[in-house]
Amino acid sequence: MFCRIDVLASNIKCAFVTEEARRRAKNRRVRPQRKAKRVSDDEEDEDEEDEEPRRKGRKKKAKPRDSDEEEEEDSRSVKSKSSRASRRKAAKEESEEESEDDRQKKKKRGKGVSKQEKEEQNKEKKGQVKGKEGKDKGGEKDRKKKSGKFSSSSSSDSDSDDQSLSEGEIEALKEQVEEKKKQIATLRNKPWRIKRRLVILKEAQDFVEKYEGALGKGKGKRLYAFKVMMAKLLMGLPYGSIPRKIVPRAEQDTAMDFSVLFDFRVRILALFIIFYSSDVKELLSTSYIQSWCTWCMSVHLFLFCVTHQQGYCKYSFLFYGYYNSERTIGVLQFKLPLSYLLVGVGIFGYSLMVVIRTMARNSNEGGDGAEEGEFTFSWKMFTSWDYLIGNPETADNKYASITTSFKESIVDEQESQKDENIHLRRFLRVLANFLILCSLGGSGFLIYFVVKRSQEFSNMENEDLSWLEKNEKTRTSEKLEDYHPRVALKWQLGRIFALFLGNLYTFLFALFDEVTAKLESEKAIKNATEWALNQYIANYSSHYNTTNVPPQNVDPADTLRGPCWETAVGIEFVKLIVSDMQVTYLSILIGDFIRAVLVRYLNYCWCWDLEAGFPSYGEFDISGNVLGLIFNQGMIWMGAFYCPGLVGLNVLRLLVSMYYQCWAVMCCNVPHERVFKASGSNNFYMGLLLLVLFLSLLPVVYTIMTLSPSFDCGPFSGQEKMYDVVMETIDKDLPSFIGNIFVYATNPGLIMPAVLLMVLAIYYLNAVSKGYQQANLDLKKKMKMARDEEKNRRNNKDSTNQVMKDLEDLLPDKSLIPPPTEEEPPPPDVVIEKGSKSPKIKPGAAGKGVKLQKDVSLAATNPRAPVNRAPGPRRAPPGNARGPQPGPGRGRGRGGPPRQ
Amino acid sequence: MGNKQTTFTDEQLEAYQDCTFFTRKEVLRLHGRFRELAPHLVPLDYTNNPDIRVPLTLIVSMPELKENPFRDRIVETFSEDRQGNLSFNDFVDMFSALCETSPRELKTIYAFKIYDYNRDNFICKEDLTKTLNKLTKGELTPEEVTLVCDKAIEEADLDGDSKLSFSDFENMISKAPDFLSNFHIRI
Repeated sequence: MFCRIDVLASNIKCAFVTEEARRRAKNRRVRPQRKAKRVSDDEEDEDEEDEEPRRKGRKKKAKPRDSDEEEEEDSRSVKSKSSRASRRKAAKEESEEESEDDRQKKKKRGKGVSKQEKEEQNKEKKGQVKGKEGKDKGGEKDRKKKSGKFSSSSSSDSDSDDQSLSEGEIEALKEQVEEKKKQIATLRNKPWRIKRRLVILKEAQDFVEKYEGALGKGKGKRLYAFKVMMAKLLMGLPYGSIPRKIVPRAEQDTAMDFSVLFDFRVRILALFIIFYSSDVKELLSTSYIQSWCTWCMSVHLFLFCVTHQQGYCKYSFLFYGYYNSERTIGVLQFKLPLSYLLVGVGIFGYSLMVVIRTMARNSNEGGDGAEEGEFTFSWKMFTSWDYLIGNPETADNKYASITTSFKESIVDEQESQKDENIHLRRFLRVLANFLILCSLGGSGFLIYFVVKRSQEFSNMENEDLSWLEKNEKTRTSEKLEDYHPRVALKWQLGRIFALFLGNLYTFLFALFDEVTAKLESEKAIKNATEWALNQYIANYSSHYNTTNVPPQNVDPADTLRGPCWETAVGIEFVKLIVSDMQVTYLSILIGDFIRAVLVRYLNYCWCWDLEAGFPSYGEFDISGNVLGLIFNQGMIWMGAFYCPGLVGLNVLRLLVSMYYQCWAVMCCNVPHERVFKASGSNNFYMGLLLLVLFLSLLPVVYTIMTLSPSFDCGPFSGQEKMYDVVMETIDKDLPSFIGNIFVYATNPGLIMPAVLLMVLAIYYLNAVSKGYQQANLDLKKKMKMARDEEKNRRNNKDSTNQVMKDLEDLLPDKSLIPPPTEEEPPPPDVVIEKGSKSPKIKPGAAGKGVKLQKDVSLAATNPRAPVNRAPGPRRAPPGNARGPQPGPGRGRGRGGPPRQ
Repeated sequence: MGNKQTTFTDEQLEAYQDCTFFTRKEVLRLHGRFRELAPHLVPLDYTNNPDIRVPLTLIVSMPELKENPFRDRIVETFSEDRQGNLSFNDFVDMFSALCETSPRELKTIYAFKIYDYNRDNFICKEDLTKTLNKLTKGELTPEEVTLVCDKAIEEADLDGDSKLSFSDFENMISKAPDFLSNFHIRI
């Protein structure tokens, strides 16, 4: 603070010469330094004046760099401030020299080396001046200090010179040290040449080094010194270098598509949660080793267990049936059924949250505010080249695709005016979509039929079936509709996706049929078991003549077991995943690898060019692959509840397929013809993922809420409904008042208003966002208007505003007015008079070079009105036959009486 | 660099870490790459800050830049003598600005400089024409080029001076969805 005020003092010194003199008389020891400083200040001022006109001239040029330089200004002014502060201290003379030298050097460089540098220096000075002025206007406190310092006596600061350091100075120094540190931290973000950055870094580091030590010496600053020392001990250097050494910057490999990452994250988390729940159990129960054996065996017997329904894995921990219904396990009272249910449902909640948060972040990040088409050409121009491209083939493709996209946009632009044949196109689109819907329904029915007929072979078949159909359908439909490529791609993806999902759902419905059948048989078995038990008890009691029946000791494998529909569902999903994997891998192997090999080596002895001609190499279909991932994720979400091990399997599968596909892409694919970026801030795929999540949530929650679990397997056996576990826990394990709270909370009387409130809140927020959108639109309109006006002014042209021109045409006397081109220019005095109102109008050019624009804007002024009115008085003489007499109606609203 | 031969002092590496977005390992790797370009020119020992510049033609032959239509401009922008000769400092600076972690603002500034061919701090029509011709390998007809350039200026020019100032450019780029993902080079 004090040093700043001192800056101020030296700046307005002429007003306080007497004080200055008195100070000098009083404090002789500091005088020479002061003098030196004053001289330097004078120099600076002169320099500044010299530079002023040049700067003005250059100001406009330097505009784009302004923002950077302002930052720089700050840092520089900080530096200069610091150098002044250092001068305040008698003990720091060498630092003064240093900074003086520094400045000298900078000045030299600024004049000698480059214009830019000089500019920056000027800016710096300006910044200082600004700072001073700012101080002048500054807060009450400053002013008080200032007045105290100047009017009463200047002894305070000189006293502080004599002492080691005053409180305020230490504060200021600390502040500067902090600022320096901040500067060091943000240095890499500055758009300077690296040489300068290095120099500045050095200075800042020196400064920090010096004053962090110096600050410790002050009176009663031991704590600070200690802190600094600790920081140094911990970090090596004060600004933390060890952490930077050991923690590299988090460079993620974005070569993987975002969804892969996302999948992995969610899935691995889910895996952890599930294995947590199973692990605790396994650690505590005796079957720990057995389960690991099961795991090892399951890997070996995997194919076996998948192809044959009664595989070994059926009773492994991969599936629902493995977990038993003991309420609590071990000393920790681990509640397996409860945690199973909560984890199963919690995964959905977590996934929903993640997806929606990602979507929100995406929409917040790039691409907001600008709707499609606002910057079509400039974006294409400046952001379409991918700087990562290093492969000549890819580069050629990219060139081609950029060229085509430019041509497309040009055609779009030219055709945007005329909109003919829209009805035919609409009709075709509707027709195509109708056909697709039909085939979709047909294929759905077919799959349903097939699944119902034979569960055994269904999966492979429906995969292949849908694959064939899908390809055929999308190819034909693409030709029928004539969309923009990106839109077309989205449609196509949407359709494939619908097909996928339709298949999944028909599969699911077929499964439900099976489940109900199994439930029936389960009931029968249950009855049979109960009957057998009763028989046994009856026999026993009749035989031994006692009512005290000892419990049977029968091996579980020997008993009659129910079909356990949950496990069956889980097995179906595992089969689905495995067959999906097979199809994918085989199609890559055959469709890409073998094709590539054939194309490559048969090309030597073939009659046409295989590489460029018909088969060529396979393209890598990014969007299709991403869609596959999304679909896969949907299956996992659906199956995870009944087959917890599915999550682990899928992680394995994804890992394998990542490397496998990576290999395939590198060795036998060519880049897609139409390069389409699937990742980034594109919410399309995230929307699909959300939809899939929702759709896969439905059946699972439905089964949890309505179907009764199997009676003899799984964690919920014996319960009427799965969620009874929660009720049970609330009743038995929690204190009674919490149970009461739950009872009240689940009361419809409470839930209904809550839902109502939420609906209303959604409505309100929706309305608010609409309002903001409207405001945004209005602002945009205004900006556009301002731009147009600006352009007009620059080009001295007439209004580009179509609406206003139309309005003018409708003015009553228009037909009588001669065309403006024939008008003789009005006398200059009139122009000047009118000039105050609208200086941009050059009446002579009124009719020429009118730029038509279709856009409607809310221009408030009618720029042509003054033109019409201006020649009025001159046309007054009766000799002028061409012009009409300006009637009383003309010039209304101007307030002036009609001139005649 | 596996042996004990020091390329940089610790201080230098520290400074590079503070001034760029690279770790010390990456700085060393960059030095390796730099040296690869001109082994006879660039010494292994950089502890005394030798002032050695590698000419543009060598830099441009790097696989990272080889296919880039704006490679010459990129190198020129980052070279201190503006002729395209890069010292090691400039080299590090270039890849630091283009790396993944550098912020949008910085990238915007350098992108502007790269596309501003005549260095008048404005992207004018000639600059646009040049950019477009490089981007499409001159496959558009002159009429199309003019149309596209006019359109681009009309879209992005806010102050109506029929050339793009930095603020126009910034405004336009800040809304572009794939500027950040496209404007980076991994080394």
